[in-house]
Amino acid sequence: MARLLLKNAIQESRLFRDRALISWVVMLVLSLVLLYRLFDLQINQQRHYELLSRDNWLKRVPIAPTRGLIFDRNGRVLAENRPTYTLEVIPEKIEDLDLLIERLRRFISISDSDIKRFERYRKQKRRFDRVPLRFKLSLEEVARISVRNHEFEGVHISDTLTRYYPHGALAAHAIGYVGRMNETELKNLETPGNYRATHYIGKIGVEKTYEDELHGKIGWQQVETNVRGRTLRVLSREAPTPGKNLSLSLDLQLQSFVEKQLQNKRSALVAIEPSTGNVLALASMPSYDPNKFVHGIKVKDYHELLYSPDRPLFNRAIRGQYPPGSTVKAFVGLAGLEHGLRTATDKTYCRGWYQLKGHKHRYRDWKKTGHGSVNFYQAVEQSCDVYFYRLAQELGINNLSHFLHKFGFGHRVGIDIPGEASGLMPDKAWKRKRYRKPWYPGETLIAGIGQGYTLATPLQLAVATAALSKRGKIYRPRLAFSWLANRNYLGASHVIETPVPAPIEIKSPKYWDDAIRSMVEVVHGRRGTARKQAKGLQYKMAGKTGTAQVVGIKQDAKYDADKLDKRHWDHALFVAFAPVENPKIAVAVIVENGGSGSSTAAPLARNVVDYYLTEVLPVNERIGSPSKKDKNAVVAPES
Amino acid sequence: MYQHLYRPLKKPFLHVDVLLLLMLLVLSAVSLVILYSASNGNLGLVWRQAVRIMLGFGMMVFIAQFSSQQIERVVPWLYLLGVFLLVMVAVMGTIGKGAQRWLDLGFIRFQPSELVKLTVPMMVAWYLADKPLPPRYKDLFIALLLLMIPAALVVKQPDLGTSLLIASAGGFVILLAGLQTWLIMSGLGLAAGFGLLIAYTPILEYLLHPYQLRRVETFIDPEKDPLGAGYHIIQSKIAIGSGGLFGKGLENSTQSRFEFLPERTTDFIFAVFGEAFGLLGFIALILLYLAIITRGLYIAIQAQGMFARLLAGSITLTFFVYIFVNIGMVTGLLPVVGVPLPLISYGGTSIVTLFAGFGLLMSVHTHKRLLSGQH
Repeated sequence: MARLLLKNAIQESRLFRDRALISWVVMLVLSLVLLYRLFDLQINQQRHYELLSRDNWLKRVPIAPTRGLIFDRNGRVLAENRPTYTLEVIPEKIEDLDLLIERLRRFISISDSDIKRFERYRKQKRRFDRVPLRFKLSLEEVARISVRNHEFEGVHISDTLTRYYPHGALAAHAIGYVGRMNETELKNLETPGNYRATHYIGKIGVEKTYEDELHGKIGWQQVETNVRGRTLRVLSREAPTPGKNLSLSLDLQLQSFVEKQLQNKRSALVAIEPSTGNVLALASMPSYDPNKFVHGIKVKDYHELLYSPDRPLFNRAIRGQYPPGSTVKAFVGLAGLEHGLRTATDKTYCRGWYQLKGHKHRYRDWKKTGHGSVNFYQAVEQSCDVYFYRLAQELGINNLSHFLHKFGFGHRVGIDIPGEASGLMPDKAWKRKRYRKPWYPGETLIAGIGQGYTLATPLQLAVATAALSKRGKIYRPRLAFSWLANRNYLGASHVIETPVPAPIEIKSPKYWDDAIRSMVEVVHGRRGTARKQAKGLQYKMAGKTGTAQVVGIKQDAKYDADKLDKRHWDHALFVAFAPVENPKIAVAVIVENGGSGSSTAAPLARNVVDYYLTEVLPVNERIGSPSKKDKNAVVAPES
Repeated sequence: MYQHLYRPLKKPFLHVDVLLLLMLLVLSAVSLVILYSASNGNLGLVWRQAVRIMLGFGMMVFIAQFSSQQIERVVPWLYLLGVFLLVMVAVMGTIGKGAQRWLDLGFIRFQPSELVKLTVPMMVAWYLADKPLPPRYKDLFIALLLLMIPAALVVKQPDLGTSLLIASAGGFVILLAGLQTWLIMSGLGLAAGFGLLIAYTPILEYLLHPYQLRRVETFIDPEKDPLGAGYHIIQSKIAIGSGGLFGKGLENSTQSRFEFLPERTTDFIFAVFGEAFGLLGFIALILLYLAIITRGLYIAIQAQGMFARLLAGSITLTFFVYIFVNIGMVTGLLPVVGVPLPLISYGGTSIVTLFAGFGLLMSVHTHKRLLSGQH
């Protein structure tokens, strides 16, 4: 133990003691450093960290409101919300997925693509999330799974409300549809906060125009969430306000009849209640099933609709612009009366064509042999072109254009669905601006018979006809009638106010009588172009045929339908209102490439008018009973 | 030949230090309560920790029954065993969390670096105990070598935190052995210089593993990567800061209960504690820790024989390093180095090691003999 003797035990233990004490002091100081740090975090910055902590666990979760329903004027549902059932699986609760699917398959069908999609969703979701396995379960399938609920742990059936249009393609162009919101729509929202929980938005039609009210007001709930976003507890709830229910002026029964009439024709029909502007029917055929758009339409289906030569997505009723043809003649004649150029009985001689002074070109009448000497009534009744060539020449294009503008030609009439076209009512200034060319006198002539530059939508024709029938009282056409106070159709409602434009003023009320009488002659006159339609009518109907050229016919050439491609056939038009004394319905119809107005369009319009007056109107307002054209028997008036 | 000069003070039934035992029991109870809360009522986890604590207590009492003289005799063998196991780990260890730290012995998975945490200070103390103190430079050199070899092996695993703890445990022995003041000062100076080097040059990129580098970067600016590496620190500071003076109580500790706090049961358990019990809780906890440390240093000063003193002192100081580094990193004072909060964090071998250390302290304290010659 020699080396031990080298050590100085006392000195060494003192040295150790000193070192230990110094270490103790150092540790004390370091503990104070920690204390200071904790003090800084927990006292000085406590509020800051408290807020950050709340941000972590307290979440405000939006609740989507239920979208308002849409009814027709009689409370028939046009758009509703239906629960769609989805089978969902919580992966963390399933031990053997293959076994589960095998067991589920005994009760519902699960395709391989369902499973593939499930696997895809599963990767995006968290383990405790519900992952959809089967969409759109039928009620029967729901029942089959529900009764065996206890056998399927971790399997849920969720129901979400989605828009459903029970009548499918019926009135689709008026109602429109909702679809999944896209980026642009999201960006353009006026109240983005209100859409935090909403996935669908009105894309077109009434659904788009009245989006705000139909949508309702968002609700919120405060929830506790953990780090994975799983909701642990609902702390408070602010219920959403459901969207308002909308009643349309549309009559589903009439609409349905209209669409049956127009079946298999590229055509459009607008029916208006002249005394209000309420749209009774608005059809554009062919139509499409709006339900396809709600969940996001398949690309193949969409292309089929988009590229179909019949253009089912195109709303002809408000966007289709056609030469109105002879349907404008009563209005042009009225302009002549108003400008004092004619009285209704003043006669013009028609020899089958008209020529401008100093020009060789012959402006032909549709009747080669001419109508002879005709007054205003006869000119409209027989649709004499020469009378209106001459009258238009005397009026001048600007007067003509200005007068027709009052009836809604050449500008949007303001229906409450988006996408309306303005049509075209040309004048000199327009042509200078558009073509940088002067107006030629010959162009005035053809404008007088609704050809040339002139274009009108079926909606404009219906509005103009309604205004004429009500002697100048013109209304903005509208589809939305009232907001319903209750969830169902019955009960108090709030009628939607639309501004009423100033009535059209003319110098003498007699001119209205003249114009209306001329149109009555079309149906009831001996030589009226639509005289066939008068058969069996128990009231007076006024109308006007129109045939719009699709291709120009060369001088001296003859229009021969058989030789023309069907796409180049004339468009058939008819405008009408009835009963004449107290008009309840005004109609404009166009059948693309339908041939002549009198043979194709007039019967359609007549059937619609007759159906409305005799079968759709409330019993005490009906005029006569349903008539059969081939029956001449006098029908006993209804008691 | 001096053995006969000693005789037992009295022969106790069990060699334990009751005061230390009581304080450790209190800490263990606190640990179980916080673990129960931090794991959202995972009783299995709490039970496993309780088993470990009981194992630890058993180990502690078992070690305490040997006198430091008995222990001193086996120190070199223990040291060599530790180094051997570390080499084994390097050759055939199990990889976990990107590091090779575990040795799978078939029946038990064992982390040799935990053993080394104790054998290194024991070995250095053993070596220096009979050298003249303050140590001569030759002895100093050998002592440094003794601690550097295992520390280097652990760094290779890579486990920076543990190797720092091992090195500091050995370093404390040297320090307490009376390392010359000028060497301490120049050591501190060197550390400061190295710190500046790290701060202003990209030297760390060459020296550290990418994940270690990321930890350091995250420490410097946790907001840089709030959802990645910085997330731990941000959430931990939110938990502690929102605790305030009195804490939210275990029931309302949203950071912990809703699992925003990562590593709640292990390295970041202090954040759970801070959120639930606030600044006052911290003060109580640190006072308890300081009481244990004071007791440890008292035992060291009172110890007979330089080996016992150095060992007891080193164990106590290392215990404090755990505390300081853990709370420092959880509060954002220090980089995240993966050091658990001693006796509170959930974790296997580290708790047994800690109790073994306290066993050594008790052994030092309860096996004293009177020098008969001094009567």
